[in-house]
Amino acid sequence: MTRFFVIILRELRIGLRHLSDISAVLAFFALVATLFAFGVGPLALGDLAGGVLWTAALLAAMLSLDRLFQPDHDDGGLVLLVLSPVPLELVVLAKVIAHWLTAGVPILVLAPLLGFALQLPEGSLSGLLTGMALGTPILSLLGALGAALVLGARRAGVLTALLILPLVIPVLIFGVAATDPANGAAPVLFLAAMLLGALALCPWATAAALRQSVL
Amino acid sequence: MHALANPTRFMRLAGTILPWTIAAAAVCLAAGLWQALVVSPPDYQQGETVRIMYVHVPSAWLAMFIYMVVAAGSASFLIWKHPLADVAAQAAAPIGAAFTAMALATGAIWGQPTWGTWWVWDARLTSVLVLLFLYLGYIALVNAFDDPERGARAGAVLALAGVINIPIIKFSVDWWNTLHQPASLTRLDAPAIHSSMLVPLLLMAAGLFMYFLAVLIIRMQSAMLVRRSRALGRVACGTAGPQA
Repeated sequence: MTRFFVIILRELRIGLRHLSDISAVLAFFALVATLFAFGVGPLALGDLAGGVLWTAALLAAMLSLDRLFQPDHDDGGLVLLVLSPVPLELVVLAKVIAHWLTAGVPILVLAPLLGFALQLPEGSLSGLLTGMALGTPILSLLGALGAALVLGARRAGVLTALLILPLVIPVLIFGVAATDPANGAAPVLFLAAMLLGALALCPWATAAALRQSVL
Repeated sequence: MHALANPTRFMRLAGTILPWTIAAAAVCLAAGLWQALVVSPPDYQQGETVRIMYVHVPSAWLAMFIYMVVAAGSASFLIWKHPLADVAAQAAAPIGAAFTAMALATGAIWGQPTWGTWWVWDARLTSVLVLLFLYLGYIALVNAFDDPERGARAGAVLALAGVINIPIIKFSVDWWNTLHQPASLTRLDAPAIHSSMLVPLLLMAAGLFMYFLAVLIIRMQSAMLVRRSRALGRVACGTAGPQA
């Protein structure tokens, strides 16, 4: 268990040393939201704000996936992680948690600010934040699977998005539904169920993908 | 089943049954089209447009069935390392993508006169669209590596992860209140469809299934020939290492 936290701390330390990566993701998130503001026009914006913020968050999360396994794959550290006594599934989980802390949480923090800028309706903010708090870990879990599958592939970045974006459509549907207070608690419960399901299944699939990449 | 994992034996058997599947596909499709377009009655509500069903429904069945073929081949490739299973999965995927595209296209053409819209974002249509993206993602991933073996393994993991979409497609019409109608054939009681429409539907399904088998065999045969010629090329160039 100590080793588990050691891996999380290592990943966090690496993440914090590359602060420019985190700020690039956040800048991209804000920029996509701004593009929508210009593209849609200020009049229709209020109703669309929830969907715009979710879409921007999905795209920004895609952008940060290449630093999950690619650096370790390039310098050979991945082989050591596969060979280490810690089960690979736990290594994956530790990396996912660190990725969520350095990519998901900053998005979550910036979201209310962009919500104000996009004229998000008054009652929607709590739903947006609850939905994103449950949804962004799912993005990290599924994204880890995509990032592990494309290790060593040509045009890996585009490929990750192509593989993962269709799979996160349900997260987007229920996340946007959660921003409408009229929908009650059902979308939030769906998101929580998907998070638990992804938490149970994704580390195994990702570990399988990592093993076959270093064989 | 394991006896068939021998490539030589498989190639011999495939060559024997290929003409029969082609003949069966031709007979079933001809009879099915004649039944569907001439014999079967127009629907009392939808009129002649109901005939789209005889292409739409079998395509959708095959789209899901072929994904299960890809997934089963991938699982057998990952677990038992059957090289033929991987060939089968890769050969089946583009056929499945084509049937998915056909189900979506015929559904849109059918939806315009009956629902009044080409497309709605309901659960059934969206999950089938996701199936198409899964097929395309699988094909892209398999071909994205310089080492074909590596692409095959990555694609197999992805195909297995995508299986979660199949029950979502199947049960989406029961779980959510969608515009798409629920299943009328695979019910515990009698099918909710008259035999004058059921017969052409099943004939078309059988014909398209035989067509799938025939194309699958042809694609697998050519994939095996490509592998053999690649291996021969390596031997001829003298680059066959100890691992080859």
